[in-house]
Amino acid sequence: MRIPGLALGLILWALGTASALEVEDHRLYPGTGDRVLRIVSTTDLAVFEPYVLAFGSARPEISVDYSVVSSSVLHSAIREGAQFDLALSSAMDLQFQLANDGFAQPYRSAATEALPDWARWRDLIFAFTTEPAVVVINTARFDGLPLPTTRQELIAILRDNPDRFAGAVGTYDVRDSGLGYLFATQEDRSTDAYWRLNEVMGRLGPRLYCCSAQMIDDIDEGRLALAYNVLGSYAAERLAQDSGGRIQILRMQDFANVMLRTAIVPATAQEIEAAGAMIDMLATLGLREAPGDWPLPSLSQTGEGEAVGFGPIRLGPALMVYLDPLNRRAFLEEWENAMEQR
Amino acid sequence: MTSIGQRLTLLLAGVAALLSLLSWGMVTGFARQAAERTQDNVLAASVTTIAETLRSEQGEVRLELPYAAFAMLGAISEDRVFYRVTAAGRMLTGYDDLPPPSGAPPGQVVFDTGDYSGAAIRMASVTRLVLAGAEPVPVTVTVAQTRNGVDAIASELSRLAAILSVAFFVLAVTLSAFAARTSLRPLNEIAAAVSRRGPSDLRPLLRAAPTELAPLMSALNRLMDRLGQSIRRSEDFIAEAAHRIRTPLATVRTQAEIALRTVQDEGERQRLRRIIRAVDESSRSAGQLLDHATVAYRTEDLARDPLDLADLAAQTAAAMEPTAAMRDIRLHLKAAPVQVNGDAVLLDNALRNVLDNAIKYSPEDTAVTLRIGRSETEARISVIDEGPGLGEGPVEALTERFRRGSNTGGIVGSGLGLTIAADVLRAHGGRLELATAQNGRGACVSLVLPLG
Repeated sequence: MRIPGLALGLILWALGTASALEVEDHRLYPGTGDRVLRIVSTTDLAVFEPYVLAFGSARPEISVDYSVVSSSVLHSAIREGAQFDLALSSAMDLQFQLANDGFAQPYRSAATEALPDWARWRDLIFAFTTEPAVVVINTARFDGLPLPTTRQELIAILRDNPDRFAGAVGTYDVRDSGLGYLFATQEDRSTDAYWRLNEVMGRLGPRLYCCSAQMIDDIDEGRLALAYNVLGSYAAERLAQDSGGRIQILRMQDFANVMLRTAIVPATAQEIEAAGAMIDMLATLGLREAPGDWPLPSLSQTGEGEAVGFGPIRLGPALMVYLDPLNRRAFLEEWENAMEQR
Repeated sequence: MTSIGQRLTLLLAGVAALLSLLSWGMVTGFARQAAERTQDNVLAASVTTIAETLRSEQGEVRLELPYAAFAMLGAISEDRVFYRVTAAGRMLTGYDDLPPPSGAPPGQVVFDTGDYSGAAIRMASVTRLVLAGAEPVPVTVTVAQTRNGVDAIASELSRLAAILSVAFFVLAVTLSAFAARTSLRPLNEIAAAVSRRGPSDLRPLLRAAPTELAPLMSALNRLMDRLGQSIRRSEDFIAEAAHRIRTPLATVRTQAEIALRTVQDEGERQRLRRIIRAVDESSRSAGQLLDHATVAYRTEDLARDPLDLADLAAQTAAAMEPTAAMRDIRLHLKAAPVQVNGDAVLLDNALRNVLDNAIKYSPEDTAVTLRIGRSETEARISVIDEGPGLGEGPVEALTERFRRGSNTGGIVGSGLGLTIAADVLRAHGGRLELATAQNGRGACVSLVLPLG
């Protein structure tokens, strides 16, 4: 399939309803040859473009067709048999379920062998970044307040300043965002402060988002004072691009989720060699020692040396527990009860 | 034909190979069983943990998949996990196309093996009755896992067992070779004991032998016994033959001497003297053959008795006196006592032969001198005559059997005398020296014996 539009059309057709595959962004990076590596990803083009360009200079004969979708769209598209050669997602649980349920095909190379055990699962899933969940604040709207370092302090600050934070607190809408749901469920499992924080945020009339980028936008522009569970890598990237001092990243010291951005080769993939080459490149970059110029952190960058002290979320069948429809329904009910108090 | 040791080693190696193979197969089987049992236990724990969360809310069956139920499955291996919960046959959650579990009474965990999603799976299922509304509803929880972890553990242990089996085999072969050599040692020892013996040592072997070798030992001893008897018989036969030849010869000689005295005709007398000389020579040859046989027999098992050479020489000289007297030959004995260790019979034999030679080749009315001397390390009996000497040619050759000197013309001899003497001295570690006498006439034959 050489025409990306046709592929897209087929996917849309396959999914039945047009709304099922909402392509947020799409770009074709033409190569010199006929081969096209079709990547479906949750990573914004702005963030991932350097990787595609690096791949292009290493393998100029391969064109790269890059589609950005939400993690849940990616998940359902692959389940429906959409034709992609590589699926990159930040929602580890959904990626894991795809691999577990047989929608991924194994790939093995020296580069994937070099990955630590926690960064791959059965030659089906390969992690290439570690990205923490952070709190991002607007410094102006936080003026005069002490910066919280734990959830306890954060809860106290929010509770004590309801006027300042009413309608100015943002977080993921876990019903829409796969990554938001992953962060929320892992926090539910790991810290009991999570639900008290949700209660406090719920009283403040929180604004719910699909994506980290939009939360960071709103912080930057002062519409939000605080965003909870933002992808640290995006925030750091924004900070690096525009350091007007308006935004600040806070890492919770009591507990912080660390997400692995993972790649799978879908069972329907055709350009397996090209997909493998891309995985090799990402895995090799994931193992780099120095941070370098890359927008996404390496596997070692957010592990040791950080005060968070928690390893990344484990790749394993336990990730599927919260994906179970009954569990998901129960969790969302509880979450809605906490978040929507008005 | 291969050696017993090799055959034994090969046989033991074959047994070891069989045992190694057997133990490898058994360990592989056990490893697989153990790995499967471990997986079953974890699956059972997982399915029980899920079943414990089953409850009823407003007449509906509710459950909550506990995180631990799946985390424990991920902890033991990287296997794919599938699950299903059904209430009264109606799907509650999970993978609805999982193979159905075999039936079992509520509360009991059952295991099934099947195929799902292109892989072999192991399933654990448990059924619990949940009171939803008025009726108790049977709720079945199934958790399934692929078997890659089991396969990996089993093949890893199988590989280890294979390495151990090979090591065991190598060790067993080494030990087999050692064992074969050890068990064959008594045989080699008996062989060595037999080959160490002199040919005349025919005593029975009395060494302790393993029971397996006892028949061989007794057969060997019987053979040696028969051989000994046979040798004794032939010795007796030789002695008997010599005796039987010498007795009639003595009669012939006596008769011829009597005839010599009575016959007047010179021609007749000449003939009779030739007869007597021939009879003498025959008798002497028979004696020497007997001597040679005796020497050959006795040197194998030499006696080492202390004896005085002077005594020996005196006795021998006394015995030879009549022979010498017949030809008017004087025997001078110049002796001092010299102690040596040796076989008196053989040394007497040797000296007698040398003396006999000297007397035989000496002209009538001469002297034969016997001189006994010694140096630091050697004793020496020299027999010096005034005869024609040893003639031309290499003197060592004269000690060869049946070899006679080049200047013996007219004198009858067997050529055995010096051979016997040389054999006896060689057996004693000494030698026979042949030389021309100091005065340039006659021969000097020395019997040299080591001292101490």
